[in-house]
Amino acid sequence: MSSELNELYQQVIVDHAKRPRNFRVPTGASRRVDGYNPLCGDKVTIYVKVEDGVVRDISFQGSGCAISTASASLLTEALKGKTLEDAEALFESFHDLVTGLDPAHEEPGLGKLAAFSGVCDYPTRVKCATLAWHTLRAALKGEGDQVSTE
Amino acid sequence: MSGNASAPAAAGFDVERIRRDFPILSERAYGRPLVYLDNAATAQKPRAVIDALVRFYTTENANVHRGVHLLSERSTAAYEDARRTVQTFLNASSVREVIFTRGATESINLVAQTWGRANVGAGDEILISALEHHSNIVPWQMLAEEKRATLRVAPIDDRGEVILEEYEKLLGPRTKIVALAHVSNALGTVNPVRRMVGMAHNHGAVTLIDGAQAVPHFATDVQSLDCDFFAFSGHKLFGPTGIGGLYGKASLLEAMPPWQGGGDMIRSVTFEKTLYNDLPYKFEAGTPHIAGAVGLGVAIDYVTGVGLDEIAAYEHELLVYATERLSRIEGLRLVGTARHKAAVLSFVLGGIHPHDIATILDRRGIAIRAGHHCAQPVMERYGLAATSRASLAFYNTKEEIDALAAGIEAVKEIFH
Repeated sequence: MSSELNELYQQVIVDHAKRPRNFRVPTGASRRVDGYNPLCGDKVTIYVKVEDGVVRDISFQGSGCAISTASASLLTEALKGKTLEDAEALFESFHDLVTGLDPAHEEPGLGKLAAFSGVCDYPTRVKCATLAWHTLRAALKGEGDQVSTE
Repeated sequence: MSGNASAPAAAGFDVERIRRDFPILSERAYGRPLVYLDNAATAQKPRAVIDALVRFYTTENANVHRGVHLLSERSTAAYEDARRTVQTFLNASSVREVIFTRGATESINLVAQTWGRANVGAGDEILISALEHHSNIVPWQMLAEEKRATLRVAPIDDRGEVILEEYEKLLGPRTKIVALAHVSNALGTVNPVRRMVGMAHNHGAVTLIDGAQAVPHFATDVQSLDCDFFAFSGHKLFGPTGIGGLYGKASLLEAMPPWQGGGDMIRSVTFEKTLYNDLPYKFEAGTPHIAGAVGLGVAIDYVTGVGLDEIAAYEHELLVYATERLSRIEGLRLVGTARHKAAVLSFVLGGIHPHDIATILDRRGIAIRAGHHCAQPVMERYGLAATSRASLAFYNTKEEIDALAAGIEAVKEIFH
């Protein structure tokens, strides 16, 4: 395998794709939004429970490629316990990372999400990585109950 | 193509010589030789077609059917020559039965919007198969909605073959038109269309064959098929994009109202009354894709030069080899195993998503399609969101199949 592919399919991504975390329908979610990428058929539903401006619980359901599934899984891990402001900042950082606006990967606080740094070399896969994040943002802002990447 | 394939015909097939006719096949992808296995999406173009476009714009370009000057005569002659080439290629009985369109999609829409709107009414039925591409579903849904008609769908079995007994049961006195793919783009199934057309005619229904995936792989004879309409695209037939054709029986075309209005499709225009032109111009409003038609004619000359029977035999050999090679990969399941197939291999690989497979193969220089192949109902039939699809043309080789198989093994390694 080329090293470039290793960059995209980092171990943490493959691991989360095969064993997604927080992959469940919760009880008592305060918001739920469906995300859809009509280009490839990837679907994700994000459930969040927000109290006092803090994400108390977050989980997801759906089907998609390794990049989109791992992205949703790692997102739920990263967001739990974060304030809405932190979540928005993380969205921006993640977006910059996968669209190549952060070439030095200097965005602070990405943690495991830095594993997606290889995505910016695969323009057709950026939407896979960001689907869950756009869906999350809609959920946190209370914008409708469906988002599409198109 | 199976059935009449013979080994001797394929043995004399000089694929290396043919590959040299396609400049793009010597491109490299990420530093590796390009392995192009997405021919059902669009096929590559031989040098002759590329040169024909350059030659047309360099020495012949003018509008057709209008000018009295030299260039207009040249372009009109080239355009009408291309129409005769299509007529011979499809074995239509007259050039009046060959209409240039943007492609198979536009051809089907033309029939739905003209013949369909004039002949389909409330309570009538339109019959398609469960194998259809979206382009042979949506135009009929639109018509059915407008006319309060019903769209019926003949089911397929697990191999991906239309269940003929079910198909026949769905035919009845209310069936106005039957629209069927000759070859399924998603699975490669070759439908027994001659038989299916006959069954439809027994019930008085008009028939349309979507031949987009058929014409690149084996010889087509619309008179032998006895279909009433036949749609195809040039770009899948090694010609330019944006050009294709519709064959229709003259008696039907003559009775149909025109579709788009504009120049070229008229005989005379006053503000009170317009007289429409004769066939085929009645259905060709506006300046057509003249260079595209010329390029399509050259593409047809090219494939008939190679020989459609030789192409069918060689591709069958490739299909048998690829089927055997891919079947040996543990965890790989072929989707679509019809007894009569064109060289299309749709597959799933354990729980690995087709998009990941396509990305990994792409970085090895291998182009395949991942997704629903514009045939979502086919995917739904198999309970899948998507498949990976390798679709072959006569310039592909066994070595390329080996590269695909090795690439799939590499995918499995990443997701082991």
